[in-house]
Amino acid sequence: MPHFGYTISTDRQIDYDSNDKRVAKYLAEHEPSFMICISCGTCTATCSAGVFTTFSLREHIGNIKRGEIRNIKAEAEKCMLCGKCQLACPRGVNTRNVILNIQRAFEALGL
Amino acid sequence: MTFDLFVLPFFLGLITLMVILAVKYAGWIKGFQPSDKDLLRQGLFTRKSLDATGEVLMESLLHRKMFRRNALLGYMHMSFALGWFLLIVCGNLESRIYSKVHLNPPYYPIFLKYFISDGRVLSHELMSIPGVFRLLMDIFLLFILTGLVLALIKRTSSHWFGLRKTTRHSFSDRVAITTLWLIFPLRLLAESFTAAQYHHGSFLTNNFGDLLNSFLPVKQLAYPTWWAYSIALGCFFISLPYSRFMHIPTEVMLIFFRHYGIKPALHFNHYSNFEIQSCPKCGVCIDSCPLHTNANEDGIPPAYFLRALKINQPEISSTYGCLLCGRCGEYCPVGININALRVSQRIRYAKNLNGSFTYLKPADSQVAEVAYFAGCMTHLTPSIKISMEKIFNTAGIDYNFIDRDGSVCCGRPLWMAGKEKQARELMEHNKKLIESTKCKTIVLSCPICLKIFREDYGINIEILHHSQYILRLAEEKKIDLKKTDVQVVFHDPCELGRGSGIFEEPRQLIRQMANLVSASEERNMSICCGGSLGSTGINCYQRDEVSMLTLEALMANNPQAVITACPLCKKTLQKGSPVEVRDISELTSSLIDTKKISMPELVNQEEN
Amino acid sequence: MSEKKVVVIGGGVAGLEAASSIAAFGVEVALIEKDDHLGGHVDQWDRLFPSRRPAKEITGYLIERLNEKVTVLTGTEIQKIERFGKNWKLTLNDSQTLIADALLLATGFDLFEARKKEEYGYGIYDNVITSADLEKKFSLDGKIRNAQGKVPERVGFVHCVGSRDEKVGNLYCSRVCCVTAVKQAVEVSEMIPGCEVFCFYMDLRMFGLDFEALYKESQEKWGVHFIRGRLSEAFENQDGSVLVKVEDTLAGRPLKMKVDLLILMSGMVTSSGTKKLMDLLQLETDENSFLQPSDRQLQANETGIPGLFLAGTCTSPKSIDETIADSRAAALRIMEYMNSVGSQQSAVSSQLLKTNDNK
Repeated sequence: MPHFGYTISTDRQIDYDSNDKRVAKYLAEHEPSFMICISCGTCTATCSAGVFTTFSLREHIGNIKRGEIRNIKAEAEKCMLCGKCQLACPRGVNTRNVILNIQRAFEALGL
Repeated sequence: MTFDLFVLPFFLGLITLMVILAVKYAGWIKGFQPSDKDLLRQGLFTRKSLDATGEVLMESLLHRKMFRRNALLGYMHMSFALGWFLLIVCGNLESRIYSKVHLNPPYYPIFLKYFISDGRVLSHELMSIPGVFRLLMDIFLLFILTGLVLALIKRTSSHWFGLRKTTRHSFSDRVAITTLWLIFPLRLLAESFTAAQYHHGSFLTNNFGDLLNSFLPVKQLAYPTWWAYSIALGCFFISLPYSRFMHIPTEVMLIFFRHYGIKPALHFNHYSNFEIQSCPKCGVCIDSCPLHTNANEDGIPPAYFLRALKINQPEISSTYGCLLCGRCGEYCPVGININALRVSQRIRYAKNLNGSFTYLKPADSQVAEVAYFAGCMTHLTPSIKISMEKIFNTAGIDYNFIDRDGSVCCGRPLWMAGKEKQARELMEHNKKLIESTKCKTIVLSCPICLKIFREDYGINIEILHHSQYILRLAEEKKIDLKKTDVQVVFHDPCELGRGSGIFEEPRQLIRQMANLVSASEERNMSICCGGSLGSTGINCYQRDEVSMLTLEALMANNPQAVITACPLCKKTLQKGSPVEVRDISELTSSLIDTKKISMPELVNQEEN
Repeated sequence: MSEKKVVVIGGGVAGLEAASSIAAFGVEVALIEKDDHLGGHVDQWDRLFPSRRPAKEITGYLIERLNEKVTVLTGTEIQKIERFGKNWKLTLNDSQTLIADALLLATGFDLFEARKKEEYGYGIYDNVITSADLEKKFSLDGKIRNAQGKVPERVGFVHCVGSRDEKVGNLYCSRVCCVTAVKQAVEVSEMIPGCEVFCFYMDLRMFGLDFEALYKESQEKWGVHFIRGRLSEAFENQDGSVLVKVEDTLAGRPLKMKVDLLILMSGMVTSSGTKKLMDLLQLETDENSFLQPSDRQLQANETGIPGLFLAGTCTSPKSIDETIADSRAAALRIMEYMNSVGSQQSAVSSQLLKTNDNK
């Protein structure tokens, strides 16, 4: 991409303060086990959709917690709700309900 | 005389009720989907209607299913239903004796004792037709009153009736039940006050009347009591359509429709009203629910869910918390299809929750006689799929393990979550995969997959669970099984047992290999392992509570191992089980005689 | 004082150290061990972290320290334990009875049954073994071969098997498996030059003073690779090698890899010996199912039952130095108790503890 003498650079940093954490708040309220994820990645490793797509539950939960919700709505639609992640999670996160509540959060917040 | 002002509350109440019912039912029936209307038309003048009448007699009046649950409970419900029915029928017949007119107004037989106390002379002989009727009417009234006493006791001591917990009623239900409970004592009082003066009753009303006469001014009290009786009736009728007692007429309609073959559809429609309004809130389902009994999950048992459904949207927690295990359906004396209603509500909730599976690329696979679809969960219990392959190979089957490298989910978890549209995308993908194998039979290891393949996939091949398939292989002598003395118990997976009606084949297979003992709750009464994908709302602690309940039932006769037929059940029960948990395929695989190879291969070997 | 007697149940590191510490005061000790040899788990191991000293150095030292005041009863199990006045009466399986002023439970741990983590394939795939299996191979002849007899070119270690896992009911961390994994990773690298070693972890708990240095050494000197991701499942390839499925969470992508040998770091669970004693003494445990002392910081060796003490891994996962320190503390507590029996009793904890004479 050509530079026209100057660049408006957007930094890569997660601007935690200005990020939208309402989705995280909705999830913490409606599916509290969302909070106990330790990002071990077992869910993503076993995921049925993860074989074909970029869908990574670990990543999406992590991003939501930071307020990085840009593409989450579209990603959540890829989940087959098969439940392998829930059977694999060592923390007992109610992963399928996290997915459903991500979708409900976007609907409820009008995002 | 055949009229008095006091009959008006009753009469107007009755007419109001009839009108409301007629309007509601006509509206619902008018709104039936065309296929259901056809079924109704076709079934109406056939034997089906007779069968339905029989069931109405057996269940709505005699409460046979209730009796099976608990005799006292059955008697209590029966006393109201049958007792009142007999009072009405018998009362109508009795009224013919006294009335000169051929067709009496409906209030005449109801208040007969009042109307015949007009100074006319009546025979007091017992052994006469009027005498017998008087006796019968008193017997039926006493019948109902004994039931009323039991109903009052049940409110505080439900355990006598086999119920650990009894329904907590809503305000409108409490109004309706209060008026109902007032009706018969008021009838007793009114008839007794009148009988004290005229002795037109029988053993109950005459004697009770005499007793009251000894300390009360019966002459003055009689007329107001008739008013009260009429008002109680009127109030009950008016509150009926807005209370649990709507089940009285509605379940009769439901029974008929069920016999005609009408079933709940995937989405709520007018027919659904008949299912929803047929729930009597008897509360028998409350104890059946493993979540309610053990995990104190409120609002989930059908009595509460359907009540919420009737007035407004039920909570998400009660809609999605349910395991869809179906155990409540086995307890329900009306036979309401609660799981279907639960899913329909989930569909409502999931309306705007999309799914996008365009990332699935079409796949096809090799041609084979038998396709084996392990399913998502089986990949997390590799012992099962390895056992299946060993069994296939030993039997020399031409099979294709179509999801060896990973499955696209069968779609049922999405379906159960109310995302049935999205489930169909996955189903399309899997359908094409299966069709490409040109197989005649598909064998499934997971009962969840089995259920949706059988009911919703619409593929024209034989669909078997691996327990059924292995049994067949044993019967056809394609595999040789060894019998051991190990004592085992079989856990019926919800989706295999209640879900697909397969209870006996796994047992027949197990008995060829081990000694099968029973669990304290099994077959259609078995308890969910707790792992169900039907629930999205409950947490891991609640699932543990359910598992503990199930394991308690399984260990009742001290088995050395638990055998199950579902990878999810296996994984879930293993966590808390004091003994080993094995799948039926693993049991087979460990006892199969691998040296015996099937005939065709033997022939080939000889030829070589 | 010489009439006093203490019974120590368990002849592993904890029991050995406690027995000799108590005997050093001149008190009679009966050391009961159900196996026919002393030394417990540690004696079965090859070398210990972080120094890589031989395990038998530890157990040898401890066994030698047992003086004539200690009566060792190996191959012995306990049938019954009853209160006998202020003392304990034990009935052994050979019908012998012992009277003790104090009882010390040092019944240790068992390793998590890796078969329960079925998706990792232990007991199903031949090339999936546990860290204990590997340690045996080290002890045997140091020749590491896979099931097909081939020298592995790539080995994988899976951390947290049976620990920190709600799905098997063990929520706790087993403490020592991370550093054991790194130790074994280094050992494998030493024994098989050129072998690629991978550790699949959720966290690396290198809590001891020299553990971090071992971790650094493993990377620097031996090129051990660390992939932060918890295995979801393992598969077996046609040639017997194991295919692992994991998410490389730091790279943010799923990863699959073939290894010749997969080693599962099985955690610690309550031992069967402990469970038997819990039955005999009607003790209850906390939600982690280890024995619960009166107070984990201030009274870590006491139970609230006069004369009943705890030491070692029966109360929680511990490293060897922690076990030895704990056992010495238990011995001191026992001596304090026996010198003031009747006048000083430990504070009763809120934990439910029932003795036979409370029935």
